[in-house]
Amino acid sequence: MSDVVEKTLTALPALLALDSQPGAAKLSSTSKLGHLIRSITELSSKHEEEKLISKELAAIKDQISSPNTTMRQMRELMVRAMYCEMLGYEADFVYIHAIKLAQQGTVLEKRVGYLAVSLFLNESHELLLLLVNTVLKDLQSTNLIEVCMALTVVSQMFPKDMIPAILPLVEEKLSHPKEIIRRKAVLALYKFYLIAPNQVQHIHGKFRKALCDKDPGVMTSSLLIYQQLIKESPASYKDLTGSFVTILRQVVGGKLPLDFNFHSVPAPWLQIQLLRILSLLGREDQSTSELMYEVLDESLRRAEMNHNITYAILYECVKAIYTIHPKADLLEKAARCIGNFVLSPKINLKYLGLKALTYVVQHDANLALQHQMTIIECLDHSDLIIKRETLELLFRITNAQNVTVIVDKMLGFLKLCNDDYTIIDLVGKVADLAEKYAPDNEWFIQTMNVVFSLGGDLMQPDIPNNFLRLLAEGSDNEEDDKHLKLYAVDSYLTVLKGDCSRLPQRFLQVVSWVLGEYSCLKEDEDQREVISLLNKLLEQRGVSSETRSWVLSALTKLCVGPGCADLALELADSLSSSLDTVLRQQAHELRLLSQDSQLHARVLPRPAPLDNLEVDSSLSFLDGFVSDALAAGAAPYKPPHQRHEENQQRALSLEPYGLSLPVSLSSCTLTDRQSPTLFSVSSGLSGNSTEPTHRTGANTLMLEGVKRVWGKEGYLPQKEPSGTQVSVEEPSDVVQSPHQQGTAETLTTQPETEPEPEPAQLDQEKQQLASSLFVGLGSQNSMSLLGKTEAAAPRFRRKGRHHESASSSSSSGASEMSSNSSHSSHHTADSFLYGGLLEEEPATPIQSLYHTLKSTTANGSLDSRQHSRPASGMGENEGRDIVSVKEDKQSNSSQILGSDMVIVRPSKMAEEAVVPPQNSSRPLPSTSSHSSDYMILQLPSELQGLPHSDIVKMTSDSHLSVSCCRVFREDALLLVFLLSNPTETALRDIAVELSCKELETASLKGNVIECLDGRNSSVCRYTLLMQRPHTQVVFTGFVTYQTQPGHTHTLPFSGNLSTADFIRPLVLSTEEYGKLWLSFSNDVKKNLPLLTNTGDSLLATLNALKDSLQLHIVDIIGSEGIVACRLLSGAPCLMHCRVNDASLAVWMRSPLSSLSDCVLYHCQRVLEEL
Amino acid sequence: MIKFLLMVNKQGQTRLSKYYEHVDIGKRAALEADVVKGCLFRKKEECSFVEYKDYKLVYRQYAALFIVVGITDNENELSIYELVHNFVEVLDKYFSRVSELDIMFNLDKVHIILDEMILNGHVVETNKNRILAPLLALDKMAEG
Repeated sequence: MSDVVEKTLTALPALLALDSQPGAAKLSSTSKLGHLIRSITELSSKHEEEKLISKELAAIKDQISSPNTTMRQMRELMVRAMYCEMLGYEADFVYIHAIKLAQQGTVLEKRVGYLAVSLFLNESHELLLLLVNTVLKDLQSTNLIEVCMALTVVSQMFPKDMIPAILPLVEEKLSHPKEIIRRKAVLALYKFYLIAPNQVQHIHGKFRKALCDKDPGVMTSSLLIYQQLIKESPASYKDLTGSFVTILRQVVGGKLPLDFNFHSVPAPWLQIQLLRILSLLGREDQSTSELMYEVLDESLRRAEMNHNITYAILYECVKAIYTIHPKADLLEKAARCIGNFVLSPKINLKYLGLKALTYVVQHDANLALQHQMTIIECLDHSDLIIKRETLELLFRITNAQNVTVIVDKMLGFLKLCNDDYTIIDLVGKVADLAEKYAPDNEWFIQTMNVVFSLGGDLMQPDIPNNFLRLLAEGSDNEEDDKHLKLYAVDSYLTVLKGDCSRLPQRFLQVVSWVLGEYSCLKEDEDQREVISLLNKLLEQRGVSSETRSWVLSALTKLCVGPGCADLALELADSLSSSLDTVLRQQAHELRLLSQDSQLHARVLPRPAPLDNLEVDSSLSFLDGFVSDALAAGAAPYKPPHQRHEENQQRALSLEPYGLSLPVSLSSCTLTDRQSPTLFSVSSGLSGNSTEPTHRTGANTLMLEGVKRVWGKEGYLPQKEPSGTQVSVEEPSDVVQSPHQQGTAETLTTQPETEPEPEPAQLDQEKQQLASSLFVGLGSQNSMSLLGKTEAAAPRFRRKGRHHESASSSSSSGASEMSSNSSHSSHHTADSFLYGGLLEEEPATPIQSLYHTLKSTTANGSLDSRQHSRPASGMGENEGRDIVSVKEDKQSNSSQILGSDMVIVRPSKMAEEAVVPPQNSSRPLPSTSSHSSDYMILQLPSELQGLPHSDIVKMTSDSHLSVSCCRVFREDALLLVFLLSNPTETALRDIAVELSCKELETASLKGNVIECLDGRNSSVCRYTLLMQRPHTQVVFTGFVTYQTQPGHTHTLPFSGNLSTADFIRPLVLSTEEYGKLWLSFSNDVKKNLPLLTNTGDSLLATLNALKDSLQLHIVDIIGSEGIVACRLLSGAPCLMHCRVNDASLAVWMRSPLSSLSDCVLYHCQRVLEEL
Repeated sequence: MIKFLLMVNKQGQTRLSKYYEHVDIGKRAALEADVVKGCLFRKKEECSFVEYKDYKLVYRQYAALFIVVGITDNENELSIYELVHNFVEVLDKYFSRVSELDIMFNLDKVHIILDEMILNGHVVETNKNRILAPLLALDKMAEG
């Protein structure tokens, strides 16, 4: 380090040219600071340190507030306080004095004051406001050093709101004669751009001037701004490419003053920065890339000197060459360059070479082939970092042929690794690869076993959830599915037979779920063995109560038949006194179920059917009970965490804090879009019961599917090249036909590790390893520069998912793992409910509707209130929710039955539509009018209570007139077509046909009418669901009818629908909102106009939005508001609004980015129309 | 981007710390302890770059003093490694043969030098004369 080339100080800018004796002014070691430093160096324990610092802080406090303290002493005090803070002891009482020192001190004291401010305070500290005046004064100072200091501190931190106060002064400095002032002014503007880009929009022209500054330092500073700007929008700065190329050429060509050199390399960091900017500009842009080929080539050539810094430049150069539009000879040179890196004996260069290779193999896998032997060597390198980087590289080149070897290497590393972060990362990658490329079932199960045992309870909860879902959903090949399940069962039996005291809880949970669910597939095996193994697990110490609950529910599934009754009773007895209420309840259920095999068969059908399972997760059968209780004055239920949190301060918390979301019961709510309010009831009872959990394992697990799409990405952003990702996420029924390798009866919990190579055979071993690692790389993609070629199709493709899966949230995984208390009666009641509901209302005349429905519910249902309309005395919210739950089922059953369900009696229908029910309180116009033009169209009374649009006439001809009304049901959009016959003659065989390719449409009833009498009308209903958000969709349809047999008339119609029709309020609490917010990553931001003509503009604006778009205002806190809604198919959309001057800064998040866009679009339209 | 720069001696005591992203004072000690654990006990022939959570550490040893820089994954490790050397060369030039004690007794000046070189986590100046110019001017004015 002493090889510094001494330079005469005349090279300094004229202003600051000074002679000095650096280092001469050392502080006396007898000073108080000297004393502190000496004491610090002599510290030997934490305790001593604490004592020393608290004494020191007391002394500082004492001295600092004394009026006699000079500025010089103040500076020393600041440095002492810096020491205290550096050691982790807060010295907040000095902060104000730091600001005072910056204000009152001179020269060095002032600088130290500013320095202390920048070290002590963070950007949001309120004391920073006190600095503004000082900065303002110093910026206007005639002393250039003071101007310099002020600019330095401004470019470190400055209160955002005060930028306008100093902006003109800073701007002015851009044309200052001294380079250092211009340079620092540019840096200050860069800071402003970072914290408040809008404030400096008007001076973009001046940035260009700075870029062209004659001083290289000023130009360099402006590159920071440009790098940021270009990163955000490369297209807007393509015209500058030429300038950057010229600058780089001059720098590389040594045109800069010599003191910019570092070890004879001209301005290396500047070169690196320019290369980064060029690669941003040239990415996916051939014409721009062509401009830079030459200079990149020159950079490669010039950087021949053997010094670290030239390698740093080369690395950047190679990255740029592989980022921009490819050019063959440059690629060749870059590849050779990478060779120099990886082959270098210097370990740092080798590391960088691997990193470059990892980047490059995504474009050209051949390079990995070229360096395969080096890669193999790095794989066995003694330095773990090198090994880790190599695994990262291998992860990128994994395909179906080399997956076993690569996963084996990764697992080997995992076994040695003890860093939590790395374990989480690698375990996720292994699980990912295993799912994508598993060659056979045995390997897959064994690999996942290792993943579970190594990843333990650290890993992301979606790994076990995905795994279980995969097992449950299976592929289309039943034989193969069965084989996979059987193999899993066998494998887990072996696991349980071994020592399982050290296995992670998550693994045990997976094991018990699989055994409970699938051990019945093993026909030859006595279930008793499984039961006794599980029983053993239950008794084992160190098993958490959550796991116990999983085990017990597995046992509940298995304890069937006379042979097990004793055991079940014994188990139930032993647990019935458990302190854990959940276990106690499960034990109770076990006792009941094991005694009644019929009930058992109905509650726990085997094998568990996958499809058509509906869980009434809102526990709607309790609605009656709850509403009775509420009516009787009971307090509405709040889950425990909410009760707890309400005591704490309520505030918006929107920033992500960590990787994993907290596991909490409340997250259950998020999975249930149908009736969020009611769900809290269910979570209050006993969370999600284990019984439904297992029974509908597939259902809840399916919800996980969506989570994977966007939840995991945040966790492993660089994990999958986008090309392959798409193929995994796309629901597809195509499954690669697996090559079965016979049922392995020999079971191991870990994949067979390769035998340790004998030294003599080492080379040969390596060759073999190489051939197994790099198989499938070369041939297929000899020159696939853009995008990685796809290897074999993933083995486990997801099946097409149920539409409800869209309603999943990332925390649903957590809830699935955590909420497993038991409540099996729930499901039983549920199925009764469904049984009754299939009879449904359609063909019943309205007058008798209530009666009929009552009798339906009498069919064993616990529900007696759910048909009451919102008006019937409950709180509006609850009323609506209950209705919604009910209607949800209606639509479900209607989907099951399809349009055949509807047996219409036309005359009655017509009557219904026009004749008001007797008990309706609404004054309805008389329908006796014979004037066809004034025939009054009206919604069926049971729909009138729901929000709906006006009735709009769609089309008509001389015989028939068609009108339409949109009814916004909680679970779907209901299109009600009112067909009226103004003539005297009856129409026959009327059929309504509706189609829309973007929407899911289902005819509810009334689309086929045998006969419509003259002067009568009829109603036809369609439910529509929107799966993918579209701002506007067009539906078309036609009505056919016969005036007389053989004379068919067709009447076409069409209409528009928008996303707004498919949005419903999403009712959730602020806490739930916060959690949900964190789990989404698609951000959309925009400024919307604010309604300013009223008092509380935020409230007024949000209310306007709420009224027009059916949003739910979750909370308004100060100038911020949070709003939530959901698409009917379940995808939520969260909106965070903040009043910003005269506009509303809206920030939206949703798992579907198109949903955010659509909602934002409609918000904008609503506000613009107002 | 650079997240923080630490100077730690062989005993693991922090001699200088500068964070370019706000870290709670309570969490700094834990982070520094982790960093020390991750870097100080590595062998000479091992790589100078270490993974730490979601970022990388670049470290370089000068006698009994380690300089450790925390950077994001997209940063060029080797350029940071050399930046550290440039920083030490600047200190060496200013203090003429810098030692650990120079740094301890002139904590404020070392910070002032660092402020000239790195700002908001980005390298802003690497020209030694220009880095030192403002500080030398301050020294001169203080004397005069």
